[in-house]
Amino acid sequence: MKYKAEIIAGIVIVVFVAIFIFTNSVVQQKLAEGEESWAGADAQAEEFISETGYEPWFSPLWEPPSGEIESLFFSLQAAIGALIIGYFFGYYGAKRKKGTD
Amino acid sequence: MEGFLPSPWWQFWWLVSLPFLALGLYQLRKIVRERREALPLLAVAGAFVFVLSSLKLPSVTGSCSHPTGTGLSAVLFGGFVTSVLALIVLIYQALLLAHGGITTMGANVFSMGVAGPLVAWILYRAGKQVNLNTFVNIFIAAFIADLFTYVVTSFQLALAFPAAEGGLLSSFAAFMAIFALTQVPLAIVEGVIVALTFKYIIDVRPDILVKLDVLTQNTLNRLKEAAA
Repeated sequence: MKYKAEIIAGIVIVVFVAIFIFTNSVVQQKLAEGEESWAGADAQAEEFISETGYEPWFSPLWEPPSGEIESLFFSLQAAIGALIIGYFFGYYGAKRKKGTD
Repeated sequence: MEGFLPSPWWQFWWLVSLPFLALGLYQLRKIVRERREALPLLAVAGAFVFVLSSLKLPSVTGSCSHPTGTGLSAVLFGGFVTSVLALIVLIYQALLLAHGGITTMGANVFSMGVAGPLVAWILYRAGKQVNLNTFVNIFIAAFIADLFTYVVTSFQLALAFPAAEGGLLSSFAAFMAIFALTQVPLAIVEGVIVALTFKYIIDVRPDILVKLDVLTQNTLNRLKEAAA
C-alpha cells in the first residue's frame, strides 16, 4: 500500500491526542485551585532535587523575561528547522520531477 | 537545569563528551570534503533535531517533555556526528531559552548526543544485518535514541543525587519516573515521524542512502518494488 506509513503515523498521532484529552480531564479534576498542570519534566526534577536542600550553584546568564518571549524562541527554533527541511525536500523533489537528477 | 549538576559531575560529563565531539567534528570535516552530496541530508538531520526538540509535548504522566529528534541523524551519520548536532541545539536552548544550561551541557551532550544516538545506531546496524523491515528498524532506532537519552539523564542525576535512603537505585527510580516514563509516548510518536521522514528521503535521494551505507542496493530495490 502506497500510504501505509502515513496512515500509521496518522493513527498514532490521533491516539496520542486522545490520550492527552482523556488524561487532561482527569488531571484537571484533581487540580487544587491555582495549581498548574502539565509542567515540564525538568521542572519536576528540579523540584525533586531542591527538596533535598540542594541549591543550584549557577544561574542562566540570560532568561526569557516572560512565557511569551520564551515561546517566541521555541517557535523560532522550530521555524528554522522546518524551513531547512522544507527547502531541501522541495529542492530534491522538484529536481527529480524535472528528470535532471 | 542550569547549576543543577554539582562539582565534580558537570566537569566529568564534559570530559566524557569531549572525545565524542572531537570525533564528530573530524567525521563532519570528512563529509564536507568527500561527501558533498550528503550535505543537504546533514542539514535536514540537524534541522530535524531543531524542530523536534522545540516541541514540548504533554504525556500520560500529566507533565510535558520534548522529543530529541536525534534518531534520524544517528541512523544516517552515526553517533559521533549526531553529538555535534545535539551540541548546536543545546547551545541555542541554553543561551536563548535558559533551557538546559552551560554547566550541564556536557551531561546533556552525553545523554542526548552520544548515548541515545550511539545505541540507536548500533541497533539499526544490527537490524540491517538480520534484514529487519527497514521502517520497523528506523522506528526502533528513533524510539530508543529518544528514550535512552532520558534513561541516561536519570542515571546522571541519580549519580549526582543518590537518595539518603536507598542510595543510587532509589533515586534512579525516582528520576526514571519523572523523565523516562513521561518520555515513552513521545518516543513512540517520534519513532513514527522519523520513519515517515525516512520514507520521503528514500523517495527523493535513495542514492545517497546507499552511498552512506544506510541501505543496501538490494533493500532499496525491494522497497521501491513494494512502493510501486
